Amino acid sequence: MTRETLLNLALLALLLLIPLAAWALDEPFLITLTTRAVIFAIAGIGLNLALGFGGLVSLGHAVFFGIGGYTMGILASHAQSYTPLAEWPLLIEGTNSMPVIWIAAILFSALAALAIGALSLRTTGVYFIMITLAFGQMFYFFAISWPAYGGEDGLSIYVRNRFAGLNMMDPIQFFAICYALLLATLFLMSRLVRSPFGLALGAARQNTDRVQAVGQMPYRLFLTAFTISGAITGLAGALFADLNRFVSPTMFSWQTSGEIMVFVILGGVGRVYGPVAGAALFILLEHLLGGLSDYWHIYLGAILLGVVLFGRGGLYGMLTGRQVAHD
Amino acid sequence: MTDPVLETRNLCKAFGALEASKDVSLTLHSGEIHALIGPNGAGKSTLIQQIAGGLRPDSGAVIFDGQDVTALNTAARARRGIGRTFQISSLATDYTVLQNVMLGALGRRGNIWRFLRSVMADTTLLAEAEQALEQVGLADSRAVRASELSHGQRRQLEVAVALTLKPKAFLMDEPMAGLGIEGSARMLSFLDALRHQAPILLIEHDMDAVFALADRISVLAYGQVIASGSVSEIRADPIVRAAYLGDEDAA
Amino acid sequence: MTTTLLIEQTLNGMQFGVMLFLMAAGLTLVFGVMGLINLAHGSLYMIGAFAAAATSAATGSFALALIASLMAAAIAGVLVEMLVIRRLYDRDHLDQVLATFALILIFSEGTRWAFGSFPLFLDPPEILSGTVTLPFGIIYSKYRLFIILVGLAVAAGLFWMVARTRIGIQIRAGENDREMVAALGVNISRLYTLVFALGAALAGLAGMLIGAIQSVQVGMGEPVLILAFVVIVIGGIGSIKGAFIGALLVGLTDTLGRFLLPKGFGLVMDPASATTVGASVASMAIYILMAAVLIFRPRGLFGSA
Repeated sequence: MTRETLLNLALLALLLLIPLAAWALDEPFLITLTTRAVIFAIAGIGLNLALGFGGLVSLGHAVFFGIGGYTMGILASHAQSYTPLAEWPLLIEGTNSMPVIWIAAILFSALAALAIGALSLRTTGVYFIMITLAFGQMFYFFAISWPAYGGEDGLSIYVRNRFAGLNMMDPIQFFAICYALLLATLFLMSRLVRSPFGLALGAARQNTDRVQAVGQMPYRLFLTAFTISGAITGLAGALFADLNRFVSPTMFSWQTSGEIMVFVILGGVGRVYGPVAGAALFILLEHLLGGLSDYWHIYLGAILLGVVLFGRGGLYGMLTGRQVAHD
Repeated sequence: MTDPVLETRNLCKAFGALEASKDVSLTLHSGEIHALIGPNGAGKSTLIQQIAGGLRPDSGAVIFDGQDVTALNTAARARRGIGRTFQISSLATDYTVLQNVMLGALGRRGNIWRFLRSVMADTTLLAEAEQALEQVGLADSRAVRASELSHGQRRQLEVAVALTLKPKAFLMDEPMAGLGIEGSARMLSFLDALRHQAPILLIEHDMDAVFALADRISVLAYGQVIASGSVSEIRADPIVRAAYLGDEDAA
Repeated sequence: MTTTLLIEQTLNGMQFGVMLFLMAAGLTLVFGVMGLINLAHGSLYMIGAFAAAATSAATGSFALALIASLMAAAIAGVLVEMLVIRRLYDRDHLDQVLATFALILIFSEGTRWAFGSFPLFLDPPEILSGTVTLPFGIIYSKYRLFIILVGLAVAAGLFWMVARTRIGIQIRAGENDREMVAALGVNISRLYTLVFALGAALAGLAGMLIGAIQSVQVGMGEPVLILAFVVIVIGGIGSIKGAFIGALLVGLTDTLGRFLLPKGFGLVMDPASATTVGASVASMAIYILMAAVLIFRPRGLFGSA
């Protein structure tokens, strides 16, 4: 068993044991904290597919986080007010069934990623970075200016959404759902990176000429990766909205995009479990350093700067050495 | 005379005032090695790019395997069977030798849109990849990262990947460049045997290799084909001598 | 809707555009010459604004505030370049993005720690407050006109510098072939620091000028930074001309869009909906413009192919 696999399992175990212990000790705050980490991990896993495996520096990934969140917010708010979203040409009612919301969130995020990707991937390099950032900003301003769902103040959802017969207001049960989704996402990613698609995507990241010379189109590979990536981050957004029972335009902001990127970098770009480590580390730092100072972002900035300038591949890079190529 | 496998018809390409390709018409027939030589700046790279698909000619056509492929992009032409190797090795440098070759095998079959199965466990692809590696002599280095290969080994890997495409024609841009005496000799005998698998359009500067390998030679200068013929014809051609050596030595 | 109102809004659009140009010019120079994408450019804008506000509060002099903002931004630029940016020239874009994002965090929180979360205010000087009467009887804010004139002057200065001076030649050469310029003995290190400082000063100037119209607060730089990115995408990287035209396009589209779109929608909807829909669409107008340019010119209007 490689060091990387050991670290993967250790992380998963940690993320499971802490909430269980907290549940036994009746410390719901810790459960919620871990749930946050798990949701951020899913968001980061989404970005990592585009960024780490595809080499696409998407600075606007919060768009998908926000779309997922607002999908949940819109559907749930209509459910709780018993008014339909639309009556013509189709009757669309709100819902607070989680599986339906997840599917909707994934679908809309994927659509948005397809549209944004189709346009942005016509460019490369810095243009791509700037364009993805700009699209993120566009959604942010749109969300602020559209008053129907709270505008700048955001939207509160009073009750957590439903899942089968479980009580979603109980922290440990909601955590269990999120953890299960994390496992599913990790499983999907592990298969994806080892698949033919994964091999081709990685090659496209390294050398687009090479990929063309073997008869494949890099654009299609990148667009597919970007779409799946957006869908995963969108799911995280829906979960995040459920966790906080609140959606606001901040979910679209450049700061959020930056944070998601920080999760990926801290853990190690291009490692399947990297974002899990990164998100956990981020939550830990937020909790510890935030307790020390109101201005803890300065320390976060310094740490990030250190990791970028001197660190070798984030946590995974430092603990497990050079990545085994595509095992 | 059978139809050529690859043919260019009056290819013209200009960059502003610079005419990089002027009415270039070439053919490549089955079983032959057709070498393209010429002084620096003659437009050889531009020509290769127009054949491989990276550059659209201003006018003229590229006919491959009986089909006009002028409007197709690089990937489509590669799928049709143009196996190209690059002048400056173009490999997936983080991947191992085996992974690079698997990419080629995968690319040909076109089944990259599979998301859940493990590609490195695909026995059919592995067999194809191994066969290509055996043919070029890199089988023992299959687990080495491409970035750690020697220059000569990278050349071999390029050819191996091209082989997995089961191409109908090879487009090779200076395969001998940077190889030492031993490497060149090996590459020479390898290419000699390869022509029977698929014909080769070869750009080269190494004149010894060219005269030893080529069935036909075309000479490119200032974007035009100034001479085309057998080895002995080209060797004796005064126009060719002038182009390479300057007018004083032509007499 | 009167013609005077339309002209006034057009002038506002130009003022906005000119300010965006100041931001975009610095960014595009740094990218063109050094190949570096700098997210912390917005922080330099903010530093210029804060330096000006603090100086103005302390001395009451607008002129001193102007000097302070230029100096503070330039010095911050030089420090940042020497300590951090220098290490990023050879790195890939992801590393540059992350490192400069880290700088945003440090600068923003640092400023918040030094000055608090409440906005500061900067007043335009006596001679520039109030209005001026322009041809055709248009009454316009003196200060906004001042901004437009300063912006145009800076643009002219930049064009002249790049086209006519030695530094300009070095910049243009550096944009084309970095290694060659270094091989020719130009002190690349000094050139880079200079270009970065110049970009920083321009950003600081923009921050200071706008600080007198809007408030001076932490986080004011990033929205402008992102707009500057839009300008660069539209205009083309590395092109000052592109930055100028792109900036004017963006400024006018945004300002006129916010002014005209609600009215346009008012023709087909009730006033309340028209305002809402108009405002929402207006907020997306420049991004739609960017997307449209991208479809036809993926490298921007004046970018190199």
